[in-house]
Amino acid sequence: MSAVTDSVAVAPQLRRGLTTNRLPKWAPAGIAAVAIVLGVLIGVLGDLQSRIQWGLIAGLLFVGITYGLSAKVEGRRQAKDRLATSVVWLAFVLAVIPLAALTFYTLQQGAGVVNGWFLNHSMKGVISTEAGGGVYHALIGTLEQVALATLMAAPIGLLTAVYLVEYGRGRLAKAVTFFVDVMTGIPSIVAGLFILSLWILLFGFQYSGFAGSLALAILMMPVVVRSTEEMLKLVPNELREASYALGVPKWKTILRVVLPTAIGGITTGVMLAVARITGETAPVMMLVFGSDIINGNPFEGPQQSLPLYIWQQYQSNNEFGYARAWGAALVLIAFVMALNLVARAIARWRSPKSGH
Amino acid sequence: MTSSPPAAARGGARRSRDSRRGDSIFFNLSRGSGILLLVIMAAIAGFLTYRSFLAFGHNEGNFFTTFEWLPDAPKPTFGIAVLVFGTIASSVIAMAIAVPVAIGVALFISHYAPRRIAQPFAYLVDLLAAVPSIVYGLWGALFLVPHMSGLTSWLDQYLGWTYIFDSTKNGASPRSLFTVGIVLAIMILPIITAVSREVFKQAPRMHEEAALALGATRWEMIRTAVLPFGRPGVISASMLGLGRALGETIAVATVLSSSPVLSLHLLDPGGGTFAQNIALRFGEAGENGRNALMASGLVLFVITLLVNGAARMIIARRKEYSGAN
Repeated sequence: MSAVTDSVAVAPQLRRGLTTNRLPKWAPAGIAAVAIVLGVLIGVLGDLQSRIQWGLIAGLLFVGITYGLSAKVEGRRQAKDRLATSVVWLAFVLAVIPLAALTFYTLQQGAGVVNGWFLNHSMKGVISTEAGGGVYHALIGTLEQVALATLMAAPIGLLTAVYLVEYGRGRLAKAVTFFVDVMTGIPSIVAGLFILSLWILLFGFQYSGFAGSLALAILMMPVVVRSTEEMLKLVPNELREASYALGVPKWKTILRVVLPTAIGGITTGVMLAVARITGETAPVMMLVFGSDIINGNPFEGPQQSLPLYIWQQYQSNNEFGYARAWGAALVLIAFVMALNLVARAIARWRSPKSGH
Repeated sequence: MTSSPPAAARGGARRSRDSRRGDSIFFNLSRGSGILLLVIMAAIAGFLTYRSFLAFGHNEGNFFTTFEWLPDAPKPTFGIAVLVFGTIASSVIAMAIAVPVAIGVALFISHYAPRRIAQPFAYLVDLLAAVPSIVYGLWGALFLVPHMSGLTSWLDQYLGWTYIFDSTKNGASPRSLFTVGIVLAIMILPIITAVSREVFKQAPRMHEEAALALGATRWEMIRTAVLPFGRPGVISASMLGLGRALGETIAVATVLSSSPVLSLHLLDPGGGTFAQNIALRFGEAGENGRNALMASGLVLFVITLLVNGAARMIIARRKEYSGAN
């Protein structure tokens, strides 16, 4: 009997302990709203020019108010938890704002510029301080240079990955693995300098689209190796063993069993690498030289490329140049994003199936 | 009847000889590509070193302490003092901003966000990692720089006493190392976030649940179970981001207004970085000028090599003793 009354007596207290000393569910949203209002008020009253300051003040207020309120109502441990949560949300907002601003601003500035004329015409005869002109020559140049770079880098990268996964043992494989990793981090301008000193200064070739694609290939190789390696490692060993058991030689096993199984992931990796080198400016700037007219031959004479075009239009330092730069930036982003989306779609569609 | 077994044997022998030849061809091809990669790396180092020594022979100043970059002058003097400082300062600013925010965003995606937001947002971050640096540069120069003047004058007003944030050229366009640092931070944020997120997701579920079962709040769970597990991954992700920031060329070249000045006043325009210096001066450089630029490229190469090598070593060590997989 007494035990029952005890539990009855305890229960309400327990319930109070669990629910009453908590901030209501809408508290974070409410505090955020208050912080934003206060931030704007301080901004307006304090006559602060840039919105960046308003946002920073609001963010600090949000974190501070949350911690103070929670410490008062819920106790220190809960307050720390709330503090961490609010800081994480703040980091999220801090990251979203510039990235969204970048995308939005590029769209806004570029959308008015890009049209059929812009995509279909070169800069031949267009004075840089006047309106008009387009990116056709740059588009052609970029496509050719990237295609050539891919033709060089993809097979070498693929074979290297095959070596590392299927054959690689011992010191050579270790060295290759390490230097592939290091190579991923080569600054693009260093790759450009290297091709410059080798291809143009030592061998005496002229500036051309091909010289640019050589540097791009150097940047692309390690990325292809890395992603292909990961994909080949995912191929289940049972498949290889089954193939050997049927008497198929190793090279045929690799060509007919291992590579086809992983082909989806490999394609994805190559396309992501292509997307990465498409936006490289520095090596192209040193090696391709840039031109205003259409040059369809990547092996002879200066070419143009999209990133280089953006850079040159930016440097012309007038509103028409800026407009063309934004237009080209939009074209470039659209191209890179399309490659990314297709690559990821392929990855999802043809991911290596597990062994059964 | 009688002829068939030898024929079959002969066929088998031929096939096995074929397959052996195929094997050796394929093996040598793939090993050759691996060796080719090593050769390229060696050639990069070799050529840059060779060119650098050509330049050093003509240098009248001290390569490490000279501020000016005049390799084509009658008395060539050039040095990397300004470039070293600018490169390190802008990268440090970028890391100071990007790493905490990236850890926060990674935690947001892996542990805090409702799943409906987390997936698409993670996807978006991956896409943003692919935005070309020239676009960041264009955006930084034409959008961010005009919006920065309020913030810089504010920093000058309230934090001017720190010397670093003391702006001596009031009213100048904020094309400073500080703004460069912010652009770099935005650029490397997606990469650091992507890698850290993957590491945080791999934190053993059992540890997390054990912590929660002991009555830990969510933050205590993350502090005791997720962060210690993820620390090496976050460090190496940050180093990868640092490598990018150190070698970034075009975004720096668009935003910074460079000058051969070494100043700790980070809000003042001026200074320079290795890659930006190469990009800017390459066009009008003469014979010795090019060699001098290659010398600075070599220094950049070595620095990024060290940073990346350290990052890889941390990752490799983690693989050995982590409890996962």
